[in-house]
Amino acid sequence: MSGSTLLVGPFNRVEGDLEVKLTLEDGRVAAAHVNAPLFRGFEQMLLGKDPRDALTITPRICGICSISQSAAAARALAAAQGLTPTPQGDAMAALIHAVENAADHLTHFHLFFMPDFTRPAYAGRAWHERAVARFTPMQGSAQRAAVEARAELMHILGLMAGKWPHTLALQPGGVTRAPTARDRVRIMATLSAFRRYLETTVFDGPLEAFVALTDADALLGWEAGDAGLFLQIARDTGLDGLGVGSGRYLSFGAYPMGDGHAFRQGVWDGGPSPLDLAGMTEDLSHSWMLGPSAHPSQGVTRPDEDMRASAYSWCKAPRLGGLTFETGALARQVVDGHPLARDLARQGGVLARVAARLLELARTQILMEDLAAAIDPSATFMLQDETPDDGMGVGLVEAARGALGHWLRIERGRIASYQIVAPTTWNFSPRDTSGQPGPLEAALVGAEVRDGEDTPVTVQHIVRSFDPCMVCTVH
Amino acid sequence: MNLLWLQSAGCGGCTMSLLCAEDPNVFDLLDGAGISVLWHPALSVESGQEVLHLLQAVERGEIALDILCVEGSILRGPKGTGKFQMLGGTGRSMLDWVRSLAPRALHVVAVGTCATYGGITSAGGNPADAVGLQYEGSHRGGALAADFVSKSGLPVINVAGCPTHPDWVTETLLLLKDGGLDAEALDGFGRPRFYADHLVHHACPKNEFYEYKASARHLSQAGCLMENLGCVGTQAVGDCNIRPWNGGGSCTRGGYPCIACTAPEFEEPRHPFTETPKIAGIPVGLPSDMPKAWFMALASLSKAATPDRIARNALSDRIAVPPRLRTPRR
Repeated sequence: MSGSTLLVGPFNRVEGDLEVKLTLEDGRVAAAHVNAPLFRGFEQMLLGKDPRDALTITPRICGICSISQSAAAARALAAAQGLTPTPQGDAMAALIHAVENAADHLTHFHLFFMPDFTRPAYAGRAWHERAVARFTPMQGSAQRAAVEARAELMHILGLMAGKWPHTLALQPGGVTRAPTARDRVRIMATLSAFRRYLETTVFDGPLEAFVALTDADALLGWEAGDAGLFLQIARDTGLDGLGVGSGRYLSFGAYPMGDGHAFRQGVWDGGPSPLDLAGMTEDLSHSWMLGPSAHPSQGVTRPDEDMRASAYSWCKAPRLGGLTFETGALARQVVDGHPLARDLARQGGVLARVAARLLELARTQILMEDLAAAIDPSATFMLQDETPDDGMGVGLVEAARGALGHWLRIERGRIASYQIVAPTTWNFSPRDTSGQPGPLEAALVGAEVRDGEDTPVTVQHIVRSFDPCMVCTVH
Repeated sequence: MNLLWLQSAGCGGCTMSLLCAEDPNVFDLLDGAGISVLWHPALSVESGQEVLHLLQAVERGEIALDILCVEGSILRGPKGTGKFQMLGGTGRSMLDWVRSLAPRALHVVAVGTCATYGGITSAGGNPADAVGLQYEGSHRGGALAADFVSKSGLPVINVAGCPTHPDWVTETLLLLKDGGLDAEALDGFGRPRFYADHLVHHACPKNEFYEYKASARHLSQAGCLMENLGCVGTQAVGDCNIRPWNGGGSCTRGGYPCIACTAPEFEEPRHPFTETPKIAGIPVGLPSDMPKAWFMALASLSKAATPDRIARNALSDRIAVPPRLRTPRR
């Protein structure tokens, strides 16, 4: 099948629409072109609206990163207002956001990523029967337990954010509902139950022991729980060497509180450096978009309705200093300096991405417990301010699947420009002017495609290891 | 019964909300009811060619389809081609697929306000030319014809909400399975009446504030959100405060206004979502079925009668003044 092409789609369990074109040579992927085939136009919808309406509209870009979108919009508006939320307002926004991110990690592992190992192609492997029993869609025992644990964890959002997804609880000045002492203990009880689930089912061991792992060898010795099942599968199928990325990682910093973040902000390229977005551009050369490549503060969104043949995706191509960057849980934990994540970054493939998500799930539980314990029911949780007639603001946050930014400009009291760059915009971007493929496109090169496969399973593992969110990607 | 779920141009949030179903969880609920999922884009293992072959088999009538659920609005742009959403790997637009598959289904269920009426995807200038399955906003006739009926004889069942409450979706499916959903069970916009015959106002915890028009001036204050902060819970359909969300929440319980997300055209209220439009200082918009003169008279009377406790609590971010203790008569 030398030189042949495969069109893979509809690609599911990717939170939206995805199509991947593969060029094959000698049973391997020689080139990949990644297409985000849905365009809705949120950046255009927002133009001319009252800036506060971004808090209602942008969460509805995405049903799985909804609070991430809320948080980015709230921070962009706060920046335009020159408003700093109270410390307790910041901390409650962080807790609300952390619940969504923890739930998303759970959803990704159980519902999106692991079901591929139940496929008949893996029948006969030592772990296959257990994978089938645990992760068969809508039937597997781990899937059932995960949706129940997730629904119960979300009670924190029912209590503090009204509902999930699509809340208006996160505001530029803090959060709309001040918790009482009763709310605090209720949240702690819900978190205690979620820890019990994680420690008996997902990890089958203390979270602190998983977080204390310092390198990939120690990680592979973790045999307990569904995490252990995943690691057994990863060893057997060589997921460490599959879908290796560029090794360049980017994090906007998760859970901004005061002057810092719970998980640090920065860039990693063999070593750490501070985040400087002055050199960021969205390249439009291979996107069905019109206009020049630009920094998002100057960017425009004008779809090419003729869908010119030289382009192949509605997704723009974000670059920093002309380079692609991978973003997500692995990037966040590498930038934050966790020793296990730094060691996994040496591999940079499917195993590293999924294991880093498990590591972050454990760390996020501990963070949520700390935030809940520190709730002060006598504090002020929200400040009020007017939206300025003219101003600019940037909101940088971390969704479960990576760096999310909102760039807002207000003129005469109305939104004059609103540009959104989502995590999967970075990860699943198309080629740029220099021909540099996007991170997924590069990671797919070399993947094995077996004879007769029309939807290669290796390709599916690599794609889903990024935890893509396609509805955010183009928006 | 079998069920095919398609995600058209939306956010996927109605599926994410559906996964929050409890007692029992959504998988056990569907399984227990005898509803099998042919394919779901967020859940099923099948990807790529396997899915294409399944859709083609349904299209050719080789697989009888009982329930087609569509989540997300349908895009007609650019220029009427539907190419703003191509179903990956098939070379066809979602508009084309939905028009082809809907007449094959016994029942067609639009899940969420995007799929029912166009919803948030049609906000602003509606850049992607989004419509609902059978409605364009409040006007009948969307991606499917105004007079479309599925094989059961029912029009599209519009489970509106942004997002939908998990129970609105599961109970609609259970009723369809049970044969308990007929034309009489749908309201004038095609919504199941079991939740659309209620108003969000029913059981709102801010009702005592509402009775006296003791209003919050800013978000985070405990008072009623109707007078100043855009709340339309007295007009919006939904049992959100009768059967709360995610264990115990609702928009108003979370301290922010109801924006009538179950209604056609909620996405363009013609005022900022969190600000009540007023003429000469008097809010525009009346509670459902309330004559204007009576409302004005009662509002001014009750406002004048507001107890101090309620007036002070309305402007506080938590209860500042508790109810007066009552001692039993001896």
